[in-house]
Amino acid sequence: MTPFRYERAADSGEALRHIAVSSAKYLGGGTNLIDLMRETIERPAALIDVTALDRSIVETPEGGLRIGAAATNTALAEHRLVRMRYPAIARAIVAGASAQIRNMATVGGNLLQRTRCTYFYDNEGSRCNKRNPGQGCDAIGGFNRGHAILGASDACVATHPSDLCVALAAFEAVVHLESRSGARTLPFAELHRLPGDRPDAETLLDAGELITAIELPPLPIAARSTYRKVRDRASYAFALVSVAAALEIDDGMVKDVRLALGGVAHKPWRALNAEAALRGQRADAAAFAAAATAELADARPLAHNVFKVELARRTIAAVLGGLVGEAT
Amino acid sequence: MSIIQQGKALAQGLVQGAVDKAVALAPDSWVPGGVPDPLIRHQHGHIGKPLSRLDGPLKVAGQAPFAAEFPIEGMVYAAIAYSTIAKGRIAALDTSEAEAAPGVMLVMTHRNAPRLKPAPLFMSDPKAAAGDSVPVLQDERIHWNGQPIAIVLADTQEQADHAKSLIHARYAEEQAAIDFAAEKARGTSPSQFMGQPMHNQIGDAEAALAAAPVTVDASYRTPRHNHNPIELHAVTLAWSGDTLRIHDAQQSVAHSAWTIAQVFELPAEQVVITSPYVGGGFGSKTLWQHQIIAAAAARVAGRPVRLVLTREGVYRTVGGRSPTEQRVALGAEPDGRLTALIHSGVTAKTAHNAMPEPFILPTRSAYAAENILLDVRHVELDMISNTFMRAPGEAVGTFALECALDELAEKLGIDPIELRIRNEPEKDPTNGLPFSSRHIVQAWRDGAERFGWSARNAVPRSMRDGDWLVGLGCATATYPYYRMPGGAARITLTRDGHATVDIAAHEMGMGTATVQTQVSAERLGLPMEQVAFNYGDSTLPGLVLAGGSQQTASIGASVIAAYNKLVAELLALAGNNSPLAGLKPDEVGSLNAGLCKLDDPDRYESYASILGRAQRETVRVEAEPPRPLETMHWSMHSHGAMFCEVRVNAITGERRVSRFLGSFDCGRILNPKTAASQFRGGIIMGLGLALMEETQFDERSGRIMNPSFAEYHVPVHMDVPEIDVIWTDIPDPHAPMGGRGIGEIGITGTGAAVANAVYNATGKRVRDLPITLDKLL
Repeated sequence: MTPFRYERAADSGEALRHIAVSSAKYLGGGTNLIDLMRETIERPAALIDVTALDRSIVETPEGGLRIGAAATNTALAEHRLVRMRYPAIARAIVAGASAQIRNMATVGGNLLQRTRCTYFYDNEGSRCNKRNPGQGCDAIGGFNRGHAILGASDACVATHPSDLCVALAAFEAVVHLESRSGARTLPFAELHRLPGDRPDAETLLDAGELITAIELPPLPIAARSTYRKVRDRASYAFALVSVAAALEIDDGMVKDVRLALGGVAHKPWRALNAEAALRGQRADAAAFAAAATAELADARPLAHNVFKVELARRTIAAVLGGLVGEAT
Repeated sequence: MSIIQQGKALAQGLVQGAVDKAVALAPDSWVPGGVPDPLIRHQHGHIGKPLSRLDGPLKVAGQAPFAAEFPIEGMVYAAIAYSTIAKGRIAALDTSEAEAAPGVMLVMTHRNAPRLKPAPLFMSDPKAAAGDSVPVLQDERIHWNGQPIAIVLADTQEQADHAKSLIHARYAEEQAAIDFAAEKARGTSPSQFMGQPMHNQIGDAEAALAAAPVTVDASYRTPRHNHNPIELHAVTLAWSGDTLRIHDAQQSVAHSAWTIAQVFELPAEQVVITSPYVGGGFGSKTLWQHQIIAAAAARVAGRPVRLVLTREGVYRTVGGRSPTEQRVALGAEPDGRLTALIHSGVTAKTAHNAMPEPFILPTRSAYAAENILLDVRHVELDMISNTFMRAPGEAVGTFALECALDELAEKLGIDPIELRIRNEPEKDPTNGLPFSSRHIVQAWRDGAERFGWSARNAVPRSMRDGDWLVGLGCATATYPYYRMPGGAARITLTRDGHATVDIAAHEMGMGTATVQTQVSAERLGLPMEQVAFNYGDSTLPGLVLAGGSQQTASIGASVIAAYNKLVAELLALAGNNSPLAGLKPDEVGSLNAGLCKLDDPDRYESYASILGRAQRETVRVEAEPPRPLETMHWSMHSHGAMFCEVRVNAITGERRVSRFLGSFDCGRILNPKTAASQFRGGIIMGLGLALMEETQFDERSGRIMNPSFAEYHVPVHMDVPEIDVIWTDIPDPHAPMGGRGIGEIGITGTGAAVANAVYNATGKRVRDLPITLDKLL
């Protein structure tokens, strides 16, 4: 770990003043950033601790939820309104990490988790375009069982590791941001980038911009939602494939649907093709399978993750099938 | 090998062959274990009691000092930098930034390290312990990806870690042998393990296979595994003059102290290793480069040093299990009788170690096949030295063998347990020796009954619970009884009836200190509170390896030898005015803090009385046990019948082991509580081997890519069901205390039991470990 300065911000204004120092980073629970600093992948000159900032979870006038970025994952997963209105979010959180890590991790920090690609993590011994732009990618010809099948590039095949983000992607969350030039909002779907030829640029955040809150819109369909994570062991493993889904059925037909995938792409993957294919269709196994197939039509698997295409197809269909009982 | 060396080897082989034969044919009473240990008859004493471990409260309170927790005045902290290429040389090594970093006291590389002798490789000498024979920071040569290239000493761990990250190396890379398949194609070599050729041939197995009416001929693959004891490898050490004191995490204190003394060209007694508590060893807590580097750096800096390897550091510098590709071919008559058994294949080792993964070991004494062919060949790769990892040979060998048996049972239409019982040998099928004690059939019957095996449907995919396919599988577990030469123990008995047993043995969490206190108290006829068992210190007597599941036997035989000497001395002190007068040592045993005639306990005198009359405060004896000839006279093995119920998700292929039973025949169980933990721990490690453990060794670079608990998967709590363990508890009349080792057998057979259950659930034979979900889609 490279020596760094530590500052604790009492409010966003103070955080933004501190961040002006070059190469400073905001610190949430530190459950990912500190690991990356130990590996010397991240070498910030200063850490601005923002865990004292807003951590409230409150209902918005419109009937949605506004989640302060410093709220812990545990607090969000345990919140009554989350469990009632967005159960997929609670399930996604508890499917991730361990209780101890969830107690530390903040929602804002969770959005900015970095990939678990082992070549990205091997700062000393492997090439990585995300760490060192232009260096090359050792994952493409190496161990890539956990890597992307959708939206990857020749520069990067890494996946986004968050579970929470998959559910947020499904529910059209909005991210509240502040910077020295003011406040703005960003649709969650636009927060993360696909790698393209700049895998080092993972989000559309401006330099020094601070995530202050995540807002969930009122979304009745989300009350009947779930999250299914498929992984190599029963707990404490990143998703091979995960699915967040909500389904609304009217007279046996799909009235509305939300679907997002984890473990398959550089960003939480909103399955818009599958959603479009499903709306207005009969809510049956054939339609679910067809929708899953439509979403995965553009999948480009690597040497070791060919199975993910079939696994994703099956898991999407099974999760939607499982929601049918709840939705009618 | 020169002609002279060949002649020598031949002569040694002939002599060894003649000795083997003589020991095999000798009368039982001439052989150690020929007269059963008298303790076997003790039914209601300390032995067999489910005592909690004596060090439990200390460990729970966090007060048991581990190697990285001993404070030494003036101590500095260390961090190691590792190579990032597999083969070549360091062309440039820039340490200037690191040297200038805050708090740094020393950056030591091959350029400024003291000249050191090579560390004697384990098995090259009875006392040798080194995991590899690569010179330690002596030149610019790189032999594997991850080899230490520098050590930093600094005032704090953080400063050392930071400075380490500022070391910049440039390499002149050379073509490395790191592709297993490519090296195999270039040719393989025959293998030796512990001085024995890994080759057995009885009859003509290939011809018998060709003629057999029913056959199975299949290939099985097991991957690399890395050691992951929860306690990281660590040393805290200090020089005082020319004496080196090391607090280490060790399973071979005496071997390692002697080996380090050779490296620094010191008299052996000037290197002292203590290791009272160890957080798991499994074969990994021996001597690797890090202890030598830390000692050398401490010498150069003139400061005590603490070095704790990072988890990545353990992967880079401590070897693990090698990959194997195994063929098992079985030929059988329609009634299930085996006519041919072939178990052969290839593994990988390095040029700087002597450890081809001996996967045929479990097959040697397994089944009564008429024709047997066993063979291990290997290639040499440029990688970290592979090493002993819980049941080397048996863990992966039983996977192949016992899966093949399951495949054969299905072809024959015979229940897999019945097939194994029909092939139960009367004597050891490869060396012809009688078994010392073999009750595997009882273990199978007891286990089948308890597990509810009769409810199994042999037709795959016939049991289902919602989305989950349910299957049952079974396999034989087996591990040999070993007792290595070199044991010794010292007993000190005081007039007030306290005894101290001293032996350079180890407690790595198995319960050794507790169990050996029980055994010593029983042998001496004393309450547990009056017996102290001292261990984990290289200055104590004995050369005892906590490996090969042999430590209990080694300690047992050593304590027996010392005890016999103690009895003789006490009888001499008792003289003619004692009720014991005229008795010979073998007529006498201990009872109620004294000695008595075995068949007439009324002839008794207390230790206090004997020593009092002799005007002695203490008696101290030290003795060595006889050479372990019992393993050349009997075929001595533990066995187990392993039962697994697995659930496989029909949609996603996720695997969940839902029930497991191990039914063991390991001789007498000395402490049911600590033994059950050992069995369960082995089985849990076996579940990892079956379902998830795999070192990702990148064959382009020779680099291990998943050196962390996040990416190298071992089972978490949710992967482990309630594990039931039972045992026959039939004493082995030829083993000390009647017990055979139990530390490793749990991992054997487990992989096959899981794989066979997965087949029963899904109809898919996965012959390539680990059984990840993608193989079941």
